[in-house]
Amino acid sequence: MLLHDTALVYGRYLRQSLRSRFALLFGVLMPLLYLLFFGPLLTDLPLGAGGSSWQVLVPGLLLQLGLFGASFAGFSIIIEKGHGVVERMRVTPVSRLALLLGRVLRDATVFVFQAVLLVLAAVVMGLRAPVAGVLIGFAFVALLTLSLAALSYALAMRMDTPQSFGPAVNALTMPSMLLSGLMLPMTLGPAWLDALSHLMPFRYLVDAVRDAYVGSYATPHMLYGALVAVGLTALSVTVGTRVFRTA
Amino acid sequence: MAIISTAGLARTFLTKNGPVEAVRSIDLTVREGEILGFLGPNGAGKTTTLRMLTTLLAPTGGAATVAGCDLATDAAGVRRACGYVAQSGGVDPQISVREELLTQGRLYRLTRTQAVERAGELARDLDLTGLLDRKCGALSGGQRRRLDIAMALTHRPKVLFLDEPTTGLDPGSRADLWDLVRRLRDEHGTTVFLTTHYLDEADALSDRLVVVDHGVVVAEGTPSALKLRYGGSLDASLQDTFLAITGRSAAPADQTPVAV
Repeated sequence: MLLHDTALVYGRYLRQSLRSRFALLFGVLMPLLYLLFFGPLLTDLPLGAGGSSWQVLVPGLLLQLGLFGASFAGFSIIIEKGHGVVERMRVTPVSRLALLLGRVLRDATVFVFQAVLLVLAAVVMGLRAPVAGVLIGFAFVALLTLSLAALSYALAMRMDTPQSFGPAVNALTMPSMLLSGLMLPMTLGPAWLDALSHLMPFRYLVDAVRDAYVGSYATPHMLYGALVAVGLTALSVTVGTRVFRTA
Repeated sequence: MAIISTAGLARTFLTKNGPVEAVRSIDLTVREGEILGFLGPNGAGKTTTLRMLTTLLAPTGGAATVAGCDLATDAAGVRRACGYVAQSGGVDPQISVREELLTQGRLYRLTRTQAVERAGELARDLDLTGLLDRKCGALSGGQRRRLDIAMALTHRPKVLFLDEPTTGLDPGSRADLWDLVRRLRDEHGTTVFLTTHYLDEADALSDRLVVVDHGVVVAEGTPSALKLRYGGSLDASLQDTFLAITGRSAAPADQTPVAV
């Protein structure tokens, strides 16, 4: 039943995404602009990491895509609540977990699609990275999207207006981006900033994807990144399910 | 036979300004096949009661059974037995009528073929056949309401909960909706539990009325019994009866709004 319901909910929201093709492409615009206008600034700078500057920047942009996109996923559920769609579904026997999973799997699909577009653009700009590493990067984007979207839906279920939801999410995503070293490796900074950034879970994901992009797969970074990604996903889906059960 | 019965059903919300007792203690029974009008001033606890009876909101006190299923222990059974139309309805304006009806069928665990068949039946029954490929957002108020009700009837529920179903409808659409509610009861034996602020509607449609105020039941009975008891005579208007029950003083006749 869970599988049946999840597939049903997933299909409904995937069709919703496909109806607005513009929004589907628009999401990739911000990281694409960074790629075009920020990426070239880094090519000759010493970034203290192996590989080219693109192998440092693109993993960060991929996770930026997931971070900003998925965090705002909850907006759609606030609108749906206003239309009564959420309650209408919750009076049916549909699995509560499926109402969440169908939505977050849709989000993961959309963001992996956007991530592929971004990597293709990056290859045109000059990125060269092993295919296995690129695929590992997509897996991290998918897990990050799953967990952030689940948390975003959980938060949105508890909020009534987009006016209160937007600032709340912004207040969380901006420091997350800066402290996780998405744009530049945190090792470039002073020791206190580097230490502070280790409190930020996304930092481990970025480090892991950067390792993957230079072909180093059996590293402590990769291990920590994978553990954090899986842990974050488990935690977020648990929180999300609890909220969908009771809200 | 009682299809709904509640005992001391209560819901307290915890807010920043302290606890709010939206529903303090509701005791009521609804007989199978009955059309029950659930009345009360704004904020009396009508919608909260409805949301509890449809499993959307967990009660903080009391107990209830719907179609023999205990609200606290058998939410799945309650969901199979009842349909619910919220004040806001529940369709996505960007999606077509057909897709919404099909999805609803699938949410009630019909197979794809069954869902297609059921959508067709519902569309014929509720006069939506010509509108199936239209987006829900493009329907008129009356058409939207028929669609909302069709969605709630997908699984042929024993009990249908309607929360202010005719608010915002033109007189013609309202009359059609009344006919529909009567037809549901007469042809399918569906029990209908409806809230309304239109007292003429309650008078015309309901077999029995339950009036709530401040989260408790303050009166119940047939429209005539209530008129006789609280309004002073069988000829009293339900308007004056309602005002007498809820303790709001009656306004001069020429200023009295039709809807309370």
